[in-house]
Amino acid sequence: MNDNLIVVVLASAVFYGTPLLYAALGEVLTERSGVLNLGLEGMMLMGAVMGFWTVQYVNGPGWLVLAGAVLVAAAAGTVTALIHAVLVITFRANQIVSGIALTIFAGVIGLSSYIGTRAGVGGAPLAHHFRPLNLFGLKDFPVLGPILFDQHALVYLSWILVLACTWYIYRTSLGLRLRSVGDAPETADAAGINVTMYRYVHTLLGGALAGIGGSVFSLAIALNWLDGMTAGAGWIAIALVIFGFWRPVPVMAGAYFFGGLSGLAYVLQTRQVRLPPEMFSALPYVMTIVVLALVSSGWARRRSTAPAALGTPYLRET
Amino acid sequence: MRLTRRLHTPWWLPITIPIGSVIAAFLVGAAVLLVAGHNPVDTYIRLFERGFLSENALSSTLRSATPLVFTGLAAAAAFRMRLWNIGGEGQLFMGAIGASGIGLALADAPAAVVIPAMILGGALFGALWALVPGVLRARFNTNEIITSLMLNYVAALILAYLVLGSMSPWRDQSPGTTFPLGARLSDSASWPQLLAGLPLLVAVIVSLGVVAGVAAWMRHGDRSRTLKRYVLGSSAVAVAALLTVGVSTDGPSITVPFGMVVGAGTAVVVWVLYRETRFGFEVRVISDSPAAAQYGGMNTTRKIVVVMVLAGGLAGLGGASQVGDFSHLLDPYGLPQSVYGYTGIVVAALSANSPLGVVLAAFLLGGLSNAGFSLRGLDFPLGLVGILQGLILFFAIGGTVLIRYRLRFRRRAHAKDDGLRDGHHTGGSTLAGAGVDGGGR
Repeated sequence: MNDNLIVVVLASAVFYGTPLLYAALGEVLTERSGVLNLGLEGMMLMGAVMGFWTVQYVNGPGWLVLAGAVLVAAAAGTVTALIHAVLVITFRANQIVSGIALTIFAGVIGLSSYIGTRAGVGGAPLAHHFRPLNLFGLKDFPVLGPILFDQHALVYLSWILVLACTWYIYRTSLGLRLRSVGDAPETADAAGINVTMYRYVHTLLGGALAGIGGSVFSLAIALNWLDGMTAGAGWIAIALVIFGFWRPVPVMAGAYFFGGLSGLAYVLQTRQVRLPPEMFSALPYVMTIVVLALVSSGWARRRSTAPAALGTPYLRET
Repeated sequence: MRLTRRLHTPWWLPITIPIGSVIAAFLVGAAVLLVAGHNPVDTYIRLFERGFLSENALSSTLRSATPLVFTGLAAAAAFRMRLWNIGGEGQLFMGAIGASGIGLALADAPAAVVIPAMILGGALFGALWALVPGVLRARFNTNEIITSLMLNYVAALILAYLVLGSMSPWRDQSPGTTFPLGARLSDSASWPQLLAGLPLLVAVIVSLGVVAGVAAWMRHGDRSRTLKRYVLGSSAVAVAALLTVGVSTDGPSITVPFGMVVGAGTAVVVWVLYRETRFGFEVRVISDSPAAAQYGGMNTTRKIVVVMVLAGGLAGLGGASQVGDFSHLLDPYGLPQSVYGYTGIVVAALSANSPLGVVLAAFLLGGLSNAGFSLRGLDFPLGLVGILQGLILFFAIGGTVLIRYRLRFRRRAHAKDDGLRDGHHTGGSTLAGAGVDGGGR
């Protein structure tokens, strides 16, 4: 029963959707503060390579090394995000160009591939990696077992984070201030909220989560490091934030939808479906365009809740 | 440190910023090299030798610069209207697919027919590929950054499918080929290679610099009409003299790809289009003030589509040049590896979206990537060129802030009298919309 195509695809939706979820959740926090960071792809690749590097070069018990690797990946994403933060918050540079620059700097032919090839991390088998946990021994439970209880630790951490972010954004006074910084920075500033600090903190948090998302690729999915291994996941995550109306729970649903599309491509290929594999690989990209066009037209546009000050630098009047 | 709004931008600033960005990027790059245990001076000397200092080096640099002229123009033409086309990569692939398809279909036709048909085909395929994000943005206000980028991956998959995944006419199907390759185009589809003397090349590059400098000088600040005419006239004479000396002087000759000639010509056309025509004026107004454009009765929706299609056509020309000038087949391995589309964004940012500046920036970045490629393996840090490009980009972006703001380092005496009033925040007037619009969200 658990070999059923639908169950396998749903389980892989969670598996492949997790890196998207981390990156998109981070971008929700960043964009809620009014900063648009298009550098997700670059930050994810930095997380992927630094996480992998840590596992390959640090000795110790597996769980400790993996936990350390995730922290290192988060730190790598944070440092990369700091460049964007300084350029767009302090120097008020164009957020779009700066984000693209971040991806070029850290991405495929940039810093992440420099680190990866110089340290020679690719190719060698991974010393430790994230394994399915078989939570509560319920792995073989019909239907729900493989989907909910047979995932690795970072999947469960991401669920906790979705709850934490929802609570933080909607139920705490800090979250209220965050939303006001993103919607009306002048008002927030007048109310005594430090706009610059809020924007810095949430841009860096976004970077940290993107870094973790990247490490999911190298430490839980591919179990290897390849140049440019995220293959556009960072950009899909940016689209997810728009589909998810800047809210954690809809973003999670979107991440699993796109995870399912990637999963479907792999599952159908292994089951010998006679269709060009390129068609399945193109599915997530084409669907991103289709869903984005649907969301930006029609009923969804009215529900869309983009932070009002998104993309605009804040300057206090004197 | 604080930023204050500038009332006047000095005319030399727009020229100094790109040059300063490159220098600053190399300085920071030197620090990276030191950390990585390389000698920066030595590395840079080798980089310049391989990029710019010999006939062979200059010929290969022009090869790498050719696609960058087209992708740089594709990015700059769209960025001018705050349309963030980052689909140059995919548009270039589609241009290569279109041009090679036409070249294969017209295998028996003479060069005078095939080559113009390839150029048109490449531009058409690139333009059609850009039509998708253009129409979606114009019609539904769909974010063109994401749609144009997603189409890069789709175009790469189509490229792979045509040669590696199927028995399409693009694939070499002669018996005995085990390794899938693109089908070779006939000789008449090979674009001519021109030989130019080094002095001419130098003259062209210096003239471009002069024109870009004069253009920047004319654009900023108020000057009398007579002075402007005088400067314009004398610079025209200087450029003409430079070019004459360049043509008539002998020197070592350098291979110039036909695509580079097309690219430089296209850059001039784009420059005139954006500077001198009603179209260019409307694009400027729409970009500076969408409200004013609407009030003035300009058709913003149509302009979005036209500009995206123009950008896609430019990148598509780059794909046609890849096939016609260099590979003579549809190459599913080399094209995605060289990331010309993304480097085009760096080119556009470095040239501040000026079409003539694009040619200069493409020459510089082409030289860098050519040198990086030819030094690979000789204890040369891989990825350094990408890092340098990223750093150049960061400094160029940071530098544009100086055009709008003045950077002031606070002195102690100064801090005393406005410290209370100003708090820890930076001063200046509000600047709604001066930074970015939401990019079509």
